[in-house]
Amino acid sequence: MAATIQVENLEIVGRRGKGEELPIVRNVSFSVQRGEMLALIGESGSGKTTVALSLLGHIRSGCRIAGGTIRVAGYDVTALTPHERRSMRGRVISYVAQNAGSAFNPALSIMRQVVEPALVHRILPRRELEARAVSLFRVLALPEPETIGERYPGELSGGQLQRLMAAMALMTDPEVVIFDEPTTALDVTTQIEVLAVFKEVFAERGITGVYVTHDLSVVSQIADHAVVLKDGAIRETGTVSKILFQPEDPYSQALLAAAEPRSRQTDLAKRPAQPALLDVRKLVVGYGQATSAGLPEKVIVNHVSFSVPKGGMLGVIGESGCGKSTLARAISGLQPWAAGELFLNGASLAGSVRERTPEQRRHLQLVAQNADSVLNPSKPIGKTLERVVRFYSGLKGEAATRRVNELLDMVRLSPALASRLPSELSGGQKQRINFARALAADPQIVLCDEITAALDTVVAAAILDLMKELQRDLGLSFIFITHDLHALQSICDRVAVLYAGQAVEVGPASTLGKGVHHPYTRLLHDSVPLMEPGWLEATQRRRLAEATPVTTLNPLSPDPELCCFLARCSDRVGGLCDRVPPPVLSVSQGSSVLCHLPASIRPEFLS
Amino acid sequence: MNSQLSVLIGRRFLAACTSLAFVIVTVFAITNILPGDATDALLGQGATPEAITAMRHNLGLDQPVFVRFWVWLWGVLHGEFGHSLLNGLSVADVIGPRLHNSLLLAGASAAISVPVSLFLGITSAIWKDTVYDRVISIMTLGMVSVPEFVIATTAVYVFAVRLHLLPALADVGSVHSLRQFLAAFFMPVASLALVTLAQMVRMTRAAMVDTLSAPYIEMALLKGVGPARLILVHAIPNAIGPIINAVALSLSSLLGGVVVIEVVFTYPGIAGLMVDAVSSRDVPTVQACALVFCVTYLLLTTFADIVTILSLPRGRKA
Repeated sequence: MAATIQVENLEIVGRRGKGEELPIVRNVSFSVQRGEMLALIGESGSGKTTVALSLLGHIRSGCRIAGGTIRVAGYDVTALTPHERRSMRGRVISYVAQNAGSAFNPALSIMRQVVEPALVHRILPRRELEARAVSLFRVLALPEPETIGERYPGELSGGQLQRLMAAMALMTDPEVVIFDEPTTALDVTTQIEVLAVFKEVFAERGITGVYVTHDLSVVSQIADHAVVLKDGAIRETGTVSKILFQPEDPYSQALLAAAEPRSRQTDLAKRPAQPALLDVRKLVVGYGQATSAGLPEKVIVNHVSFSVPKGGMLGVIGESGCGKSTLARAISGLQPWAAGELFLNGASLAGSVRERTPEQRRHLQLVAQNADSVLNPSKPIGKTLERVVRFYSGLKGEAATRRVNELLDMVRLSPALASRLPSELSGGQKQRINFARALAADPQIVLCDEITAALDTVVAAAILDLMKELQRDLGLSFIFITHDLHALQSICDRVAVLYAGQAVEVGPASTLGKGVHHPYTRLLHDSVPLMEPGWLEATQRRRLAEATPVTTLNPLSPDPELCCFLARCSDRVGGLCDRVPPPVLSVSQGSSVLCHLPASIRPEFLS
Repeated sequence: MNSQLSVLIGRRFLAACTSLAFVIVTVFAITNILPGDATDALLGQGATPEAITAMRHNLGLDQPVFVRFWVWLWGVLHGEFGHSLLNGLSVADVIGPRLHNSLLLAGASAAISVPVSLFLGITSAIWKDTVYDRVISIMTLGMVSVPEFVIATTAVYVFAVRLHLLPALADVGSVHSLRQFLAAFFMPVASLALVTLAQMVRMTRAAMVDTLSAPYIEMALLKGVGPARLILVHAIPNAIGPIINAVALSLSSLLGGVVVIEVVFTYPGIAGLMVDAVSSRDVPTVQACALVFCVTYLLLTTFADIVTILSLPRGRKA
């Protein structure tokens, strides 16, 4: 039997502006058998999305197919007329985009968009299509399947939109579905749910799929075969278990090594306790008018306390919207807080950066997530750094240049780069410059807000190494804000887990995954996919088994005093968690947990 | 319509009313600090001081400024703009037919320029970077940079002076046939339409290009949506807010163009009337004309903002 997808010697070229054509995809061949899922693995710029889109006969503007053939479900995709191509797209082969938030048209209701592929191909009348959509919503475990279609994209969450996009892709019962990083923009706790639902539906409907991703753990859960791409060429092809467990190509091995959770812990963590460098006490940050209780109308960061010792590295973790970035902005003095106190070296810090002393400003530096938004695109990076050097240390001319070279050396970049513009640097290099800019102030503590989130795994791993080196060599302290538990565990000595603006747990990073934890910490830890076949099913089974039916509780009242995790907690105890605000309990491993810690979760972990 | 939307629109109306009150005060204040008054124009250079005093008294010009403001405001609120200082006719009666003529001129220009510019703007966005798009882009850029009086006087020079095809003056009074209608209106309308058209084409194209590069347009393509549906159902609803905004702003700049065009073609419209009234210090007429212009401008911008509010996708209104 012929393969459902058969790509042979595919060559795609593209040009930027008026330059000459450069190859984007080089001699790529692969095939996918009916009912199988193929993972296209690669980093940004590897051409994986370009290959995936070419299966639909779609080539982005400025690019063209220069050679090779693509056959999908009996269609010769490269030889189709525009009309034939339209009739194939959405009907025989459908696409699930990376970011459902922007791939849904904000001006149209969900239902109009979900039924559209089936409607334009005249598969069924609208009324029957809507009924089919509702049943798909139910299969994909969406809330209120009957009415969710009447809503607009702006009214739904990222995880819901991603599942709605899958529903849209399945409306026409296609033979092939292309998934382009469908869970990358999701939080881990949401990702696992979406993955589980996707996998179940594929198996049920016998769909042939291509799954584009850079996340090897996801690959291990969802795909049968994998193709590793680098710079538009295939490096390795094989079954998932072969590529993940016996990779032959050095690049596949490097990818795996970078994805492997690796401890960068040094003996530093075992030093005698250092005095607190930064002390955050009951910090409240929010927006809007103050209420009668003196708190803002919308509280984003809710009574968060922690401290960072000299030379310490504290990780702050939580899902999107939990208040991580607001916390960073407040600490760096960009966002005034409503209540609480902040101490740096024992001296109180003012809420606004303008009211802080120059010395305090120098000691506390922020490294932002997106280096592009920090570096002036029209200035060579050397000039950018020199400005910061002059501002903080008053050095000029020769001395300033020497200092800039010293900074570049600190972030392991060649001084020759000083004359380059930001656009001439790679993402990882830009992030290093971003670091050098902070180091120019000779700080004591550096706040890193999701600095590895936009980077590829290999590059991100190198940035983490750099942070560890800086901590060791300069005695720097860090606050590392992230949603990536592996990254956090590999470099941090302490962790603060944020949920809905509250620090639900503060404790040593080394005991994550063992000992007694807040139920949310446990959920977070268990949701990070492992590179183990069957992990997804096992985790889902465990979740279903322990879920507490909602009926045993009072109707959930949004009482701000009560536990913020109540609605999602599988360990909640009726009559206790929904009545009494959670206390801060200290547990043996040195963590403090904002939870009643019901008996159900203690014995299991004390062993 | 939900309550959030009503609040937004109500707020916009309130802002428009505030601007209107401000405009009323400013119009009165500015017309009162114009040097000289109607007595100079009416009595001429050789008038005796007694005659001037008597005249000022008759016209009510000797009363304190606040009294005059209240009298005028009271009149304006009742649709009564006073009497022309020159011929004693009611200002409303003087303006009436002139306003009609101006609206005809502006309306005809808009009726031509709006559909044409929407078509050109949207099509050049769809065929971005083609020869068609480049030609339109160069032409509109050229037209935007040429002021309306250059276009108007060039048109007069070419069609009236050189080719003797059309009269140089717009003789609106004696329109009895299509030929006469075209003779009277062709040049003023065409000059005015050209100026606003260029602006609208450019802004429409920009709004549309922006929308067409959105990920949901690519997604719609990948669902097998055809080109017509892609533009009409997916792109236009998202671009309509900025486009209508561009149209309304361009139409308000049409008001400025009307003044120049009416003077060049001695077209009997409200702008020409206002220019004459300023030179003869006919303050009530100037005030009334200024108010008409300001109110039209306010209406257009308010309309543009309300359309923008209404076209915002749900869930993004805040």
